[in-house]
Amino acid sequence: MVWAKQESVIPESSSAAAQRRPNTWTAPGSVSREAGSALTREPASDGRRDAKFVDFIDVEKNYGSFQAVRRLNLSVGRGEFLTFLGPSGSGKTTTLNMLAGFERPSQGVITLDGKSVDRLPPYDRNIGMVFQNYALFPHMSVADNVAFPLSVRKYPKAEIAPRVTRALDMVKLERFKDRKPTQLSGGQQQRVALARALVFEPALVLMDEPLGALDKKLREHMQIELKQIHEMLGVTIVYVTHDQSEALTMSDRVAIFDSGSIVQIGTPDALYNEPATAFVAGFIGENNALDGEVESVGNGRCVVALPNGLKVAALAIGDLRPGAPVHLTVRPERIALSNANGQSDNRLQATVDGCIYHGDHQRLLARLASGQVLTVKIGPEATMAAGKAIELCWPASDCRAFPAGAVADGKPSNTGSGS
Amino acid sequence: MSSIAMPTTKTWISARDHSDSLRPLALAAPLLLLLLFSFGAPIVALLSRAVYEPTIANALPLTIAALRQDSGAGVPDEAVFRAFAIDLKDGQAAGTVYEFAKNLNTRLPGARSQVLRVARLAAQDQAITKEAMIKAAPLLGEEKSWSAIRVGTNRFTSFFLLSAFDLRWTGQWTIGAVPADQAVFLRVFGRTFLIATLVTLATLALAFPLAYLMTNLRPAMAAIVLVLVLLPFWTSILVRTAAWTVILQKYGILNDLMLWLGVTSDRIELMYSRTGLIIAMTHIQLPFTLLPIYSVMRSVQPSQLRAAQSLGGRPFTVFRRIYLPQVMPGVLAGCLLTFILCLGYYITPVLIGGASDQLISNFIANYVNAELNWEMAAALSFVLLASTLGLYITMTRYLGLDLFKMG
Repeated sequence: MVWAKQESVIPESSSAAAQRRPNTWTAPGSVSREAGSALTREPASDGRRDAKFVDFIDVEKNYGSFQAVRRLNLSVGRGEFLTFLGPSGSGKTTTLNMLAGFERPSQGVITLDGKSVDRLPPYDRNIGMVFQNYALFPHMSVADNVAFPLSVRKYPKAEIAPRVTRALDMVKLERFKDRKPTQLSGGQQQRVALARALVFEPALVLMDEPLGALDKKLREHMQIELKQIHEMLGVTIVYVTHDQSEALTMSDRVAIFDSGSIVQIGTPDALYNEPATAFVAGFIGENNALDGEVESVGNGRCVVALPNGLKVAALAIGDLRPGAPVHLTVRPERIALSNANGQSDNRLQATVDGCIYHGDHQRLLARLASGQVLTVKIGPEATMAAGKAIELCWPASDCRAFPAGAVADGKPSNTGSGS
Repeated sequence: MSSIAMPTTKTWISARDHSDSLRPLALAAPLLLLLLFSFGAPIVALLSRAVYEPTIANALPLTIAALRQDSGAGVPDEAVFRAFAIDLKDGQAAGTVYEFAKNLNTRLPGARSQVLRVARLAAQDQAITKEAMIKAAPLLGEEKSWSAIRVGTNRFTSFFLLSAFDLRWTGQWTIGAVPADQAVFLRVFGRTFLIATLVTLATLALAFPLAYLMTNLRPAMAAIVLVLVLLPFWTSILVRTAAWTVILQKYGILNDLMLWLGVTSDRIELMYSRTGLIIAMTHIQLPFTLLPIYSVMRSVQPSQLRAAQSLGGRPFTVFRRIYLPQVMPGVLAGCLLTFILCLGYYITPVLIGGASDQLISNFIANYVNAELNWEMAAALSFVLLASTLGLYITMTRYLGLDLFKMG
């Protein structure tokens, strides 16, 4: 239903789009072979013209005196894959539940497709949702589970069966349709849950750590599958996870939550390469952290003094003044073992503490004269005996200095228990 | 690759399971033996009395032989009467005649005193005639008496089981209803099932919302509610019943309260009434219905209900299509448990029920304790046991209920 509405928004301009979309979803009863590809819709890039498909305006959620979500402002574009990433208790699940309608905001407004959903119960929001524990109905067969959203919408029986078949085809589970959920593996159960959340063509699908219960290999496989389905259907997905690699792999944009607010929102590479706070720098990917004191600031850069007289040049992020304590971060893969004539902003002597073999690379633990230990990613062939003297170097542009301590929204804390 | 490895692993496991299956049985052996001797054997012994009744056959060995010679039906000839007199004389001497007379009396109302009178005469006068015996005991001159004796000489009898259904043999091969003034048991069975049904429904009406509330309370609160429900469960049923007599009396707490609240304008008789009985039984049975429902409700994931809502299910639809089917096994188990226990209620109907509220157990107890008619008690017990088992089998077979799976 909603998809039909959406299609009216998108002009039939591109012939490629018209070809891709045989429009069978809105033409019930036509069970042709190309019905299999009928789920194909506008790719996300086309659909994102509607930048405020979902809009959170000054949304807050309090449980008694505990603030689970504080003054949240966030827009989700149509067709976007947005991930809420954060430690447990950071408010991401609470935010998702407010969007789904299971929680009501204490303050503020959430709009969906331009209309406030404040008084709309979950069953009238037309939002598909996938849960971490799958939440399949154990007393129903796989097919009945997937048919549930259609049958409660009073679809005619003749229309339900082909739709269920198509949705199960999409997640490659058509031959399991008569099984009970408990007879399926975790990955299969989650795919059923996915088919069930998509079969009624919601414009928005929410996923609450859907892959959290799966093992690593299956999780990575499902990430790819989810991404493919998202691209195929062009549906808007809001995804919650505490697994940063999952967030980076799948999302168009990632919103980093900490202590009830969004610390930073952006594309995965922006978050990885240009973290705005020390918390984001530490939370996304692996990072070396060095604590020191600002010596001089200028031109967007600064020089930081480490213990024992070491000096490091870095990008100055935020308000830094000479003498202030500072938190430096530099990624392991950005540190190089310098050769004799290497030119670099930072060249530091170190000794090898140890070396950990990872197959495709090694992690070198290098101890600086300041006593701080850095992790360095090096090639798999190099042999590094403990105690060996080496030189580490990295450009100032790969090293970020954040104000330490008095950072209002970036402290790498993990407090609270809402979410 | 795992699909190839699986079958061999499975067969290996099942083969090992088979040889191990006797070990747990051996561990349970003491319990099984105890159950067999203290529970199984006595039940079989008692129930067998419903169909095996040798009293008359033991008391009349000569009469049986004489009756075999006497081919005709109806009142037999002189020879049978002579044998009967000798049997009675022997019985008088051995002291078994009283038991015989009492037994015959259950089949032939009024026979007891007449038989004992003939027995005394037979002991005094060796050569008592048929005529003299009929004179002393007019029943002996009637055809129905001799057909009753002939039936009674059979050690195996269907008399008591038929009586339990208010039926009797009316001829050689015909079964008919007993006279209306003697028909009691069908009515009592009906009443027992009616009260059990009403109590079961009442406990369900109370237990279902309460169990739902408990599953949605914080664990600490749920524990408190659970203790409140279980507290009476831990006290003796006699004490609880006695407490209800205090509450339900005409000048008791409940009547005081209802008058004070203005619910009623007059004191109502709750004691010795069916209403009072159902109230007390409902209270006693509540935990039995509640606990299976509660345990099943706790196993339903809240996320399923959320998922159903997010998929478009309105609250009532979610309840009917997602929640109810999943809690149904608990509801059935709880109801079945309460219903079966209600069928066997004894002490509460005695203390709170009126004369017309006595259940089948009260009749069984009466036959065992007061009338010493163990055969009738056994027959009624048999019918009660059979209907209970039948109910259980129906529920497990056709509704897929497994009591052993209930927590």
